[in-house]
Amino acid sequence: MIHSLFLINRSGDIFLEKHWKSVISRSVCDYFFEAKEKAVEPEDVPPVLQTPHHYLISIFRGKLFFLSVIQTEIPPLFVIEFLHRVADTMQDYFGECSESVLKDNVVTVYELLEEMLDNGFPLATESNVLKEMIRPPTILRSVVNTLTGGSNVGGTLPTGQLSNIPWRRAGVKYTNNEAYFDVIEEIDAIVDKSGSTVFAEIQGVIEACVRLSGMPDLTLSFMNPRLLDDVSFHPCVRYKRWESERVLSFIPPDGNFILMNYHVSSQNLVAIPVYAKQSISFFETGSCGRLDITIGPKQAMGKTVESLMVRIHMPKAVLSANLTATQGNYTYDLATKVLVWDIGKLNPQKLPNLRGSLTTQAGAPKPEDNPSLNIEFKIQQLAISGLKVSRLDMHGEKYKPFKGVKYLTKAGKFQVRT
Amino acid sequence: MTTMQKLLQLPVNAVNIVKTVQSQVQGQEEDKSPVLTPDGGQQAWYNALQPDELRHLRSGGSGGGGGGGGGGDKEEKAPLEEGGSSLQSQPLRHDDLKEMLDSNKDSLKLEAMKRIVAMIARGKNASDLFPAVVKNVACKNIEVKKLVYVYLVRYAEEQQDLALLSISTFQRGLKDPNQLIRASALRVLSSIRVTIIVPIMMLAIKEAASDMSPYVRKTAAHAIPKLYSLDPEQKDQLIEVIEKLLADKTTLVAGSVVMAFEEVCPERIDLIHKNYRKLCNLLIDVEEWGQVVIINMLTRYARTQFLNPNINESLLEEGSSSDKTFYGSEEDEDDEEEKEKKAEAVAIAKRKPYVMDPDHRLLLRNTKPLLQSRNAAVVMAVAQLYFHLAPKAEVGVIAKALVRLLRSHSEVQYVVLQNVATMTIKRRGMFEPYLKSFYIRSTDPTQIKILKLEVLTNLANETNISTILREFQTYIKSMDKDFVAATIQAIGRCATNIGEVRDTCLNGLVQLLSNRDELVVAESVVVIKKLLQMQPEKHSDIIKHMAKLTDNIQVPMARASILWLIGEYCEHVPKIAPDVLRKMAKSFTNEEDIVKLQIINLAAKLYLTNSKQTKLLTQYVLNLAKYDQNYDIRDRARFIRQLIVPTEKSGALSKYAKKLFLALKPAPVLESPFKDRDHFQLGSLSHLLNAKAGGYQELPDWPEAAPDPSVRNVEVPEWTKCSSREKRKEKKVEKPFYSDSEGESGPTESADSESDSASSSERSSGSSDSGSGSESEESEEASDSEEEEEDEEEKDKKKKKKKKETKKPRQQSESEQTSDEEEKKRERKSKQCKSDSESESEEEESESESSQSESEESESEAEVKKKKAAESKPPPKPVKKESKKEKKEMSLLDLDDFEPAPSPQVTPVNTFLSNSLVTDLEGLSLSDTVLSPATISPSSALKNYELLHRITGEGLSVEYCFSRQPFSPDGNMVAVQMQFTNSATADAKSLHMEDVKLQSGMRVKEFPEIELLPAGETATAVMGIDFCDSTQAANFQLCTHTRKFFVSIQPPVGELMRPVFLTENEFKKEQGQLMGMNEITEKLTLDAKCRNEHSIVQRVTTAVNVSRVPCGSDKECSPPVPPPAAPVHRFAGRTVTSGSLVLITVVTKEEGAAQLTVNCEKMLIGTMLVKDVLLALTQ
Repeated sequence: MIHSLFLINRSGDIFLEKHWKSVISRSVCDYFFEAKEKAVEPEDVPPVLQTPHHYLISIFRGKLFFLSVIQTEIPPLFVIEFLHRVADTMQDYFGECSESVLKDNVVTVYELLEEMLDNGFPLATESNVLKEMIRPPTILRSVVNTLTGGSNVGGTLPTGQLSNIPWRRAGVKYTNNEAYFDVIEEIDAIVDKSGSTVFAEIQGVIEACVRLSGMPDLTLSFMNPRLLDDVSFHPCVRYKRWESERVLSFIPPDGNFILMNYHVSSQNLVAIPVYAKQSISFFETGSCGRLDITIGPKQAMGKTVESLMVRIHMPKAVLSANLTATQGNYTYDLATKVLVWDIGKLNPQKLPNLRGSLTTQAGAPKPEDNPSLNIEFKIQQLAISGLKVSRLDMHGEKYKPFKGVKYLTKAGKFQVRT
Repeated sequence: MTTMQKLLQLPVNAVNIVKTVQSQVQGQEEDKSPVLTPDGGQQAWYNALQPDELRHLRSGGSGGGGGGGGGGDKEEKAPLEEGGSSLQSQPLRHDDLKEMLDSNKDSLKLEAMKRIVAMIARGKNASDLFPAVVKNVACKNIEVKKLVYVYLVRYAEEQQDLALLSISTFQRGLKDPNQLIRASALRVLSSIRVTIIVPIMMLAIKEAASDMSPYVRKTAAHAIPKLYSLDPEQKDQLIEVIEKLLADKTTLVAGSVVMAFEEVCPERIDLIHKNYRKLCNLLIDVEEWGQVVIINMLTRYARTQFLNPNINESLLEEGSSSDKTFYGSEEDEDDEEEKEKKAEAVAIAKRKPYVMDPDHRLLLRNTKPLLQSRNAAVVMAVAQLYFHLAPKAEVGVIAKALVRLLRSHSEVQYVVLQNVATMTIKRRGMFEPYLKSFYIRSTDPTQIKILKLEVLTNLANETNISTILREFQTYIKSMDKDFVAATIQAIGRCATNIGEVRDTCLNGLVQLLSNRDELVVAESVVVIKKLLQMQPEKHSDIIKHMAKLTDNIQVPMARASILWLIGEYCEHVPKIAPDVLRKMAKSFTNEEDIVKLQIINLAAKLYLTNSKQTKLLTQYVLNLAKYDQNYDIRDRARFIRQLIVPTEKSGALSKYAKKLFLALKPAPVLESPFKDRDHFQLGSLSHLLNAKAGGYQELPDWPEAAPDPSVRNVEVPEWTKCSSREKRKEKKVEKPFYSDSEGESGPTESADSESDSASSSERSSGSSDSGSGSESEESEEASDSEEEEEDEEEKDKKKKKKKKETKKPRQQSESEQTSDEEEKKRERKSKQCKSDSESESEEEESESESSQSESEESESEAEVKKKKAAESKPPPKPVKKESKKEKKEMSLLDLDDFEPAPSPQVTPVNTFLSNSLVTDLEGLSLSDTVLSPATISPSSALKNYELLHRITGEGLSVEYCFSRQPFSPDGNMVAVQMQFTNSATADAKSLHMEDVKLQSGMRVKEFPEIELLPAGETATAVMGIDFCDSTQAANFQLCTHTRKFFVSIQPPVGELMRPVFLTENEFKKEQGQLMGMNEITEKLTLDAKCRNEHSIVQRVTTAVNVSRVPCGSDKECSPPVPPPAAPVHRFAGRTVTSGSLVLITVVTKEEGAAQLTVNCEKMLIGTMLVKDVLLALTQ
């Protein structure tokens, strides 16, 4: 089970440590630092390291390493998943999960960690239960606490842990009862040089924001559930109902949560909303190159493509870029060699274009590999797979809730090879 | 006692110390908290020393004062790393904290504790505050208390004596009426690692293990490993506690206790037997982390208790696949062994056909829904369980879920890909459909790229190699050179494995030789060398080309590879080889060692084949080597000289020099580093590291013969055998009288929970005992929906039994029970043959009960009541008849949740209940049928009709039955359950229906499209048809991706209705209104086998979907009334579409004569119904 946890910033300082069993010296992290030195990018540090007496399992989230020390056999995913859950909880509590925020709230963080694990085994990881025990800091509360000497620790004892539905606290009350569901789909695609799709799939997630009083029992059904190829659920969803009737039946947690993730199979044709015409070439002599990119709409289902952005990881040899964009503006970061072209809204009448020259290091051989384009975009009010929520029913409570569904399509890992 | 007294003195001393300093600190004391007195001036020394502390002081409350930044941190480290040696600053700093802790104000204490905890968090030493802190353990303020606990747990180990001061507080806490306080006291107490208190901990754990609150019991389970790590000698006692907690029936405890089991006594697999079925059934409701632990443990358990489900297939499958395996020669060798083993195994298998243990099936079935968990660890745990335990045909289900995990964080991807890589070696087909999901993006981290490459390589076969190679081609252009190198190796592996593409790959690699990047070239050379070794004679061109490269390539490994190649195949390049040697001889001194060795080798080989040209060169090279700095090279030179240059002294070996050097060398085998990793349990740390981690439990091999399955049978004491519905409500409550049971049950429990534990398992094990294949299969699929009814069934049987066996006392001894069970088994068997539908079997049970009640003064009902009374009263003592009445009402109150019961009758209620339960379980049975093609005999009890024959359907056969369950999307439709079996060799895709032709008014709700039905698999789907109360057929086309079949479904009239509940009076009233034309009466002679009430009811309900009207309900209150002379059986139903009432009456007379009356608004239906019922009763 999880023995200790160290939080380490990007430059390698340990700024928080927590031990659930006997104390392990921080020197154990040296093995990790060694591995970190070797890795080019922080993502390249192996998540699992073996040292003579311990095993180190780490994740990299929000420029921080969460490093846990393990002594005996344990499924690595168990630890990884838990560490991510810790990071999620911090995010949930403090709005972001960064070094400065965690340092500022070090006591709350410590209290949270204390509740989340007992002797290295997860105890309370549901955010609703945790929030009952340790209230998240808000400005108002901190003012009140300062004046009254109150505390962040809940006065009542957490009953959520005892119930059969630990994700929901008892006695929720709202004056406005509302339930919102955001259907967000991401297109993951690899498009090759010629513009044909190598691989494309849609990953969807239904994010919910439910503020309903009492113990509502919700049923969400789809117009076309057949589309969904693979799904995973929040623990509140009843599998059996889904298996038999293809409806989501659940007692929701209070507040924001992810109801389900789904996958629309790659066998179905995935509409690709944009295309890119690009030519990036480097000359053998003269240490320069040319770049010419045009983005156009392809199958956008009549909606506008927004927040369009192109990101290119240039070869190391490229020193600078001298380009003109017909729309939006571009930046080239010398240190990371990333060219970002922020386009904004895509106008089908006048296609955005970026062209110009690139300067490469003098004397360096011509880079032979062409960088690939990573495209980001958003389309409001559209679920590209065609998934539609048909209705939401509520049982168990008398009032009439306000219900809303929003659709959004985004680019996930959308890559155009050159 | 004296020590204790001394200890108690200590904090007082500490206070005194503080007090002496107090006067001088007093001034700052107030200032130090800017929140309290913001205008107070701060002294210089204070500022200089504690910017950091101040920051935390501010931020602790407000969260906004993060300005302190990292600068303060650095300054502070210096004094702290000296660890309190800096006498000047340290005591001062901590004194003010002590001061605050001693104050009366909670807010001051809180601030102090916050600062102390912040110190701990940063890894600073705060141990000298121990006495001051420990005093506050009994503080009223919850947050202070919690922080004190944090401190205690951290430092108790270092200050054992002082820590003892706090113990009494916890001991008091253990007795608190509030369960949460008890739990938290136990939690902290057990976290204090002080050996002296081991006995106290042991006592506390034992006590908590039998606490009323499941939360406290959970905490007790958590405390077990803590105590064990503190004092391993307590093991035996702890095992007792574990055993006790394992028997706990709440989901809250299950995960934690299994975790304790794994830490303390993983070898005591025998403790699991009795709890196995319960764990399987609870699994879905356990919290995520517990699920992981339980699944991993059950995997090991299953490996020791069940037979290998693939034992029969293994010979066939592996035999044919071994031709296909690409891991060349070496594979064949162990194949031999394997074959022998298999032969044995098959011999065994032939003697005894493999039948999956129902418990094995139970595990597979109950874990499958967890593949849909959001928690990657749970998904992985289920995946490894399936990989290690499931029959080959079923393992495929995990692929999709694992591919989904690839979307998660990169660390998750990393672990999942490692496991997928191992799986793809054994079961390539599983992941082939998801090939593209493993395509690599330029933004992936390198380690992910390399793992994906590994998977792609493992997945490569003749059919997909071209796409894979095309994909590889784009990878070679990547900027990430490590990745490019890995890609080249992957191409090499594909080329060695798949003969067809060897030449293409080789050409591609040769082209890479002109790449500008030296790393790429070098890697290519190394790979080409390996490829050429497989068929050198064809490729002298390439060898020549590579010879030229020696001028340019500087990477030692590549140079060495080229030299080796030229030397090995010098006959193919007779002209070039000596020239290369000449060049190498020139640069010999500047080469790397590895290259030097190869130069010597080349020289030796050339000397042997072409001594004329190279004799002098060889001599020269050997001389150079003789004086090399590296002893390896000197040794090699000396050795080779002796071997090849004939001298008078040279031994016998030189004769064989040629043989030694130019022996035919076997082609290298390029194999995956993941080969054979599956002897580690997948998903484990050991598997990931490919080395045994501490505490790893080996995954045992399958046993040759299955151990006795009866060990898992649970003898349930009478009183816990509550009927299923009660279990549904209180299933997690060990004993019904627990006050806190509401906390766990309540109206909102998840629908997923299957509340079938003891009874169903008892039953299924019974069938496994019997050993007959068909029996166990049937029990398999039936158990899904029947388990709920089982209890009652069993109870009924018990009752009958008892009567037969001259009314035994209620407390049966064990032996009696077992004999009972056997009897039951026999009885059940016969019953199953008879009963045609699951739901009916249940109805029939209730019928039989009431029939008995009529014939035997309805004592059985009294028994039922008694039993129910017993349930609400835990001690198994017989209940007096007087209390019967109210008890019964109590149990009926429970039933209201399901359906409002119009009158307090036992029999109809049962019918209702089962109906709703069947509906509840519909999903379960569906999911299960998908999963278990081997064990399906689709709803054997329901009558199956053929929709599509296997031959006309070209391998696809479809059967349907009327499931008699309400069709939820539309209540006016009849649910038709269809079962698709694909017995063809190819997969059937996109099964759906089209072109529905219906009579006017009829409607159809199509079944959801079945995307893929792999060969040999079975799938089930439910469709709804509104027949408009007519027996007209619904015609439609059944389409696969290739073919269309015209099919039609025609319902028997009996399926056009649904049961309704009427009381006898209501029935009579309705009947009175449906006279004349609406009444049809027929006389008949009952079939000889069908004269008792039981079989009449059974036959009618089989033919027609109606429910029985309880007869003699008015006599209910006074049981000892004799049954009526001429029994009348009444049944009621409504047609599905129009809801017209259908009433059936069967009056039996002497000698099998009987009269059948049907009253129905729709005369046509009435006539048809009479025919059908007549047929059913007279056959």
